[in-house]
Amino acid sequence: MEPILKLEDLRVEFRSGALRHNPKVALRGLNLEVYRGEIFGFIGPNGAGKTTTINVLLGFVAPTAGNAYLFGVNVREPIARQRIGYLPELTYYYKFLTVEELLRFYARIFGIPRRETDRRIDQLLRLVELEQVRNRPIKTYSKGMQQRVGLAQALINDPELLILDEPTSGLDPIGRMKVREIIQRLKNEGKTVFFSSHELGEVETVCDRVGILHEGELRTVGRVSDLKAQFQTDLERIFLKIIGYQLNT
Amino acid sequence: MNKILAIAGVVIKELYRRKDFYVLFVLTALITLVMGSATFFNDPKIVRYLVEVCLLLIWVSAIAIAIGTAARQIPAECESRTIFPLLAKPVTRAHVILGKFLGCWFACGIALVAFYAFAAIVRGSREAYWPMLHYFQASWLHWMGLAVMIAMVILGSLIFSAPSANATICEIIIVGILLLGGHLDTVALRQPPPLDLITYTIYFFIPHLEWFDVRDILVHDQPLIKWWAVLGATAYAAAYTATFLFLAWLIFRRKPLNA
Ligand SMILES: Nc1ncnc2c1ncn2[C@@H]1O[C@H](COP(=O)(O)OP(=O)(O)OP(=O)(O)O)[C@@H](O)[C@H]1O
Ligand SMILES: [Mg+2]
Repeated sequence: MEPILKLEDLRVEFRSGALRHNPKVALRGLNLEVYRGEIFGFIGPNGAGKTTTINVLLGFVAPTAGNAYLFGVNVREPIARQRIGYLPELTYYYKFLTVEELLRFYARIFGIPRRETDRRIDQLLRLVELEQVRNRPIKTYSKGMQQRVGLAQALINDPELLILDEPTSGLDPIGRMKVREIIQRLKNEGKTVFFSSHELGEVETVCDRVGILHEGELRTVGRVSDLKAQFQTDLERIFLKIIGYQLNT
Repeated sequence: MNKILAIAGVVIKELYRRKDFYVLFVLTALITLVMGSATFFNDPKIVRYLVEVCLLLIWVSAIAIAIGTAARQIPAECESRTIFPLLAKPVTRAHVILGKFLGCWFACGIALVAFYAFAAIVRGSREAYWPMLHYFQASWLHWMGLAVMIAMVILGSLIFSAPSANATICEIIIVGILLLGGHLDTVALRQPPPLDLITYTIYFFIPHLEWFDVRDILVHDQPLIKWWAVLGATAYAAAYTATFLFLAWLIFRRKPLNA
């Protein structure tokens, strides 16, 4: 089966300042394949390179070496992004627009017809529970509400692949539960979800497979159940063990 | 095209939801009205003077709006990270540049219509004089000149990292060209050998924004400009605008965007 998302020896170096010769290596040769209908959890400590990987997938950062493909199309081509939805880590949307205007703007970029746009906006605002504030400018929203705006915009084009960078950060327990439900529902609709997270409990419940990234290297990839069987413990302990953290028990 | 217009629409929405736009307009209106109601309003020369001040204010305000808006666009997108969800859509960086440009330019066009209509009404009500084609030529050329300036500022916003530095540099260049651009060739004649060549080169390569400043046809009731000249100036503006936007795209295309 053709993978929906594929990384081939992906390497990213950041050079700060043109003349400095010790580049910061953010990713060291990542290889990964994610298939249709999978929910893939991407975990790793702060600074492991999760956001960098996602930035490459979206074409924001060019790989230093290696390649990345979405639906078999190299991510350098903008068309690779027609069927994906993306939720960035910490974003502020156009503060002076209302959530409805924002979604309408993005729908227009995708070329979604007017009637369909109206229908989807109603549906999405209901889904993320922003109906009451739909006519208020985004600058008046709380952090969690902004995060939900992000989720709504990621779904506007009814994407086949969702790339979410820490989708539950800043959400309250109910909000987190809702996001989990949304991810489950998308899976039932046959969509693919690739997301990074620090909430291991959540990853454990919703993901089919996880990848553990540490210092730019993918240390482990596998089914959650297989990993648990292999290490005889829960995901949190597996995670700590793989990144080399000694537990004093 | 639809993508570009969608991006332009957001620029325009932002502008009319901000206050500075109205402040400038109200200021221009107030100054003109105060001057108009000054005691010596029976002097026929005063009307001409009034028109001159009003048009100068319009030029200054329009340049301020154009530079202020254009300098902010792309840096603000990066700052607020809205560029990320935007570019994650099937939008290219060329779309972003063109959308931002058109948004700023249309917004300036709307402002110009308001400004020139105001000037026409003030003058018409005093003199019962309505040279509509003159107003059209002056505002059209003004708008074309603004296109060049906006494209230049957008290019600048990708070269200089701080928007305020970019705005200042562009202001100096634009005002410099407006005041001196037309005289550089005569200046060149008076320079010693290496400098005269340099001055001539500058004279040939700068966009001659002063050609778009035809306030005199309104102030001094001069005859209309030849239409072929207006057309030529329009093409000239389009060429410079396209060049600046193309350079902006070349820079933006390679720019890594990281969070
Ligand atoms: N623009 C940049 N210039 C230099 N180094 C960078 C840049 N962006 C990221 N890095 C480095 O790359 C590494 C990976 O960063 P990344 O943002 O991908 O981590 P992350 O896994 O998303 O972490 P977090 O969990 O905190 O979000 C870090 O060490 C970071 O310092
Ligand atoms: Mg991150």
